Amino acid sequence: MKKNVFAQVIKLSHRSILGMLRQPQSWAPGLFFPLLLAAVYSSQFSKAVTIEGFPFQDVSFLDFVLPACVIQGVLFGSTNSASDLAVDIENSFMDRLLVSPVSRGSILLSRLASAFMYGVAQAAILISIFVLFGTNISGGLPSIISIVVVAALLSVAMGSFGIAIALRTGSQEVVQSTFPLIFVAVFVSSAFFPVQLMEGWYGAIARKNPLTWVIDPTRRMSIHGFSWNDLGQSVGIVLAIASVGIGISILQLRRRLVRAQ
Amino acid sequence: MSSLDTPQVSSLAVVFAGIQRGLIRLQRIPSLILPAVLMPIFFVVAFSGSFASVVELEGYETDKAVNWMTAWAVMQGSAFSGMGAGGLAGTDLENGFFDRLRVAPTRPMALIGGLVGYCLCRALIPITAVLIVAFAFLDADMPGGVMGFVMVYLSGIGMAAIMAFFVLGIVFTFKTLKSLAVAQIIMFSSMFLSVGQAPIQAIEGWLHRVAAINPITNVIRMCRQGFLGEVTWSIAQPGLIALFGMMAGTGIWARIRYKKVDA
Repeated sequence: MKKNVFAQVIKLSHRSILGMLRQPQSWAPGLFFPLLLAAVYSSQFSKAVTIEGFPFQDVSFLDFVLPACVIQGVLFGSTNSASDLAVDIENSFMDRLLVSPVSRGSILLSRLASAFMYGVAQAAILISIFVLFGTNISGGLPSIISIVVVAALLSVAMGSFGIAIALRTGSQEVVQSTFPLIFVAVFVSSAFFPVQLMEGWYGAIARKNPLTWVIDPTRRMSIHGFSWNDLGQSVGIVLAIASVGIGISILQLRRRLVRAQ
Repeated sequence: MSSLDTPQVSSLAVVFAGIQRGLIRLQRIPSLILPAVLMPIFFVVAFSGSFASVVELEGYETDKAVNWMTAWAVMQGSAFSGMGAGGLAGTDLENGFFDRLRVAPTRPMALIGGLVGYCLCRALIPITAVLIVAFAFLDADMPGGVMGFVMVYLSGIGMAAIMAFFVLGIVFTFKTLKSLAVAQIIMFSSMFLSVGQAPIQAIEGWLHRVAAINPITNVIRMCRQGFLGEVTWSIAQPGLIALFGMMAGTGIWARIRYKKVDA
């Protein structure tokens, strides 16, 4: 039975995705807040693109904030799968899984797959709404697919840190308390304004924030058009973050398995 | 003496007891105030840093983003503090304590007043924290002098009262702590649809029209005026009218929804 790992991953992923879909309160804010911010900022800062030094000319502010809003939405919901895993630990479902002949890896993989699917759905919905409201994505379909892929992988990357925390603490509350950190990470980056126009220590931190390195190439793909270089940079950084997160998750899973014996 | 003859307790005494209870709770559970203090501090730092260059646009009337964003952060902190009334009432409703308060010989407005008064006191903490961060670390200016600070505190406390009344109306309707999420979304949205982050001259499209008629716009202008120049009656007056108008409206809303608790 242990050999059929793929089938186990599919089953557990299905359960994980269904669980998420049935709790709209966990994914709805990830749709509402980015759209609200996009609507407000595109009106409030529409003239900001005329400021000297603004790196993108002849674009609307809505075009500018699209990648940021997609990434913000995905990040806000990235801990959902980790939160569900913490619930499984809290209500002892995890213990029952561990005594069943389920591959240990599939427990982790299914949660990551759920985070990936969440990222794909969230990014696709947000991009569709942006396009409906007149956002121009220069690169067309290749750029749209690239943004969705980057967003989904980022959801996996940040979700993996949440999973590590869930495995370590077994507490849903602790997983959810990481939300302010995500909020800070998004704002102290190039998400809503170009780092070239930020000053002092704030600008210095924003320039060194890995999210800036992901958002900037994604934004270039949206505004200037598709480029393999930009896709490579954004995916490379996201995969680097994901590998650290998944590595820590595996360590925490092993630790929990040792404790469970 | 039968229970029907029980004398009405002075409303003022009930209000003070309500305030005292809330403050003691805050003292014993300090984590309750943390989000209301940390979030506006983060807002003033993040918005002043992120949008440092937007002051180059027409209408900002200052050369430092912090002078513009501090008032916005104060409003956010005050609104978050106002939510405290809903938090306390929601907890009391869920654990049944509110039912005991309601059968006490006192007026409903006294109970509501105690909850709102607690939020007004609570709002002083984030307002002061934001001002300390803005002046000590972000080099904010206050050309409006003492009157500028008076306007900041007046608008902040007023906004806390409005939000407290509004949130109480929501909590009395749904009778659950979870309904705070609904109140949060409405509060957050209404604050963003104003001149919080940008002057009306810089705002375009539908938001320009919404921000122009949003009464919160006048309150934020009143709060902000000391950071931009002298305090004038022409800016303070619409702000005060908006504050008292919204307070009266949300106060009536809270009182009407209080009846829903019986339903």
